[in-house]
Amino acid sequence: MSNQSGRFGIHGGQYIPETLMNAVIELEQAYNFYKNDKAFNHELEQLFNEYAGRPSRLYYASRMTEDLHGAKIYLKREDLNHTGAHKINNVLGQALLAKKMGKTRLIAETGAGQHGVATATAAALMGLSCVVFMGEEDTRRQALNVYKMRLLGAEVISVKTGTGTLKDAVSEAFREWTSRIADTHYCLGSVMGPHPFPTIVRDFQSVISREIKAQILQRENKLPDYVIACVGGGSNAMGSFWHFINDKSVKLIGCEAAGRGINTPETAATIATGRLGIFHGMKSYFCQDNYGQIAPVYSISAGLDYPGIGPEHAYLHDIKRASYVPVTDEEAVNAFEYLSRTEGIIPAIESAHAVSHAIKLAKTLSRENIIVITISGRGDKDCAAIARYRGENINE
Amino acid sequence: MSRIINAFKNNKAFIAFITCGDPDINTSLNIIREAARNGADLIELGIPFSDPTAEGPVIQEANLRALNSGITTDKIFDMVRTLRLEINIPLVFMTYANVIFSYGSEKFIRTCSEIQIDGLIIPDLPYEEKNEFLPTCEKYHVDLISMIAPTSEKRIAMIASEAEGFIYIVSSLGVTGVRSEITTDLDAIIQSVRKHSSLPCAIGFGISTPQQAAKMARIADGVIVGSAIIKIIAKYGREAPEYVGEFVKSMKDAVLNISD
Repeated sequence: MSNQSGRFGIHGGQYIPETLMNAVIELEQAYNFYKNDKAFNHELEQLFNEYAGRPSRLYYASRMTEDLHGAKIYLKREDLNHTGAHKINNVLGQALLAKKMGKTRLIAETGAGQHGVATATAAALMGLSCVVFMGEEDTRRQALNVYKMRLLGAEVISVKTGTGTLKDAVSEAFREWTSRIADTHYCLGSVMGPHPFPTIVRDFQSVISREIKAQILQRENKLPDYVIACVGGGSNAMGSFWHFINDKSVKLIGCEAAGRGINTPETAATIATGRLGIFHGMKSYFCQDNYGQIAPVYSISAGLDYPGIGPEHAYLHDIKRASYVPVTDEEAVNAFEYLSRTEGIIPAIESAHAVSHAIKLAKTLSRENIIVITISGRGDKDCAAIARYRGENINE
Repeated sequence: MSRIINAFKNNKAFIAFITCGDPDINTSLNIIREAARNGADLIELGIPFSDPTAEGPVIQEANLRALNSGITTDKIFDMVRTLRLEINIPLVFMTYANVIFSYGSEKFIRTCSEIQIDGLIIPDLPYEEKNEFLPTCEKYHVDLISMIAPTSEKRIAMIASEAEGFIYIVSSLGVTGVRSEITTDLDAIIQSVRKHSSLPCAIGFGISTPQQAAKMARIADGVIVGSAIIKIIAKYGREAPEYVGEFVKSMKDAVLNISD
């Protein structure tokens, strides 16, 4: 959907220092070659199937469907992938690409730690060295993932600048890439940043909607009415939406983290509260003040705690092809508990944002309607934090 | 002749960078006055940004101090209005694309022209995206300064041939900050630039000592120093203007006195 300079409508582009321009041009050229290369695609498919455990299940949530007395609900189980989230799809693609490009070192940012763990995993698998930048606040919220990355052989750098969260980790990864380009690939974790990252990440994640489409047609012999996914930068949502964009009957809904509410400063809901800006290499919507200073956003979910949104989502919002709704911490935690009790599936707190909106929506629909919710990751990493949110005194 | 070209006309130029509002706006005013009085030929005025992705820790912290002091783009415009009553050397703004875009590109650049800002340096605006601001800059006669990096290679011809004001040569990979040694073959880069542009070339990133400044002045038309000045400001706070003045004098002397 992007044009040659990586624009999605007015969004996207390459707003980065001159020092990095040749690196992104080199990446784009390599990607344009390998995306049509049979051997590359075969190798990636093998990795998806044999290593990551794809295709992921499309599970009919019968108890949830019964309980809500509304639409039929299916869960796309990205939480069952190796490393426990959709992040591995993109990482295997980018790591393989980096290796073909002759790079020997991966760097990555991480919020909740899922993308960091996935990158460390792919680096271990492919014999690449790995450095992950993680906000200091997030290293506390997701201490177990920090240990996992180290266990996998990666170096984790705690980022103390700014708010010590995902945006600062992204900034620090860009700074690192600027200082070391020749042997290093920046394995960006979402559909954001400068062109060609939003396109590359979307393509590698589009396996989600390709599978959903085939699976739902086989099960129901029709397309779903709704596809719902959570959105921070927006990679699992973009992957879930992609193969449905031309199927106009399928409504696409992205669930943003409203934190303590979109009328409070403690929110990360970009579409609901942000405005057009230029940051982290792209033109898109960002939470910011009147002078363009990026807002210190907040969400209980470290993975959605980002002040921007990928440029293709901004475009889908502009043309009204997808809609974006805010979901608060409290609503997400309720959904986290609900899905655990009702289906025996503990979703990532990120994914719980999508579950929350689906619960509301399903009740307004009938059994004729089908909702697919992407469960982008599993919730083991969140259990201690949610317990604390509920006032339990628990350590990881 | 533009103020910028004029600044490079006679001698090697010394360019000082400061972050406006660090530690407060009055101190910034006095630092700029002292820098100009002690021989700075051009001053880069940094408008702070919450997330300066091209800066090392020293300037990142300056941005934070400035924002915490309550500085805004409008207050910086007012400071420049005051400065322009007494200072005639070229002044350029250094800031990130979002600060300009969010203010309203037209309003921001028109104001630059009104308060006699001579140019804009935008580290996250490469050649490919310059049309974001270039038509407006041309309309209001504000130079959009181009940067050339050690990685630019084949891009040099394209960037240099369309450059305005002066050409900012980035000395080395990475973000801003003091470096003990600069190993890039800057001579070769500048020779390549000169094939495509007659504009003055100034080298920045990592220069902190008179020795380094003199070395750079031998191959370029000017030397840009930021982090080393910011460090002085961080150390002396409101007492900094005097110390920055002394430092600027030592650097200016070094670039003027470059015979081996």
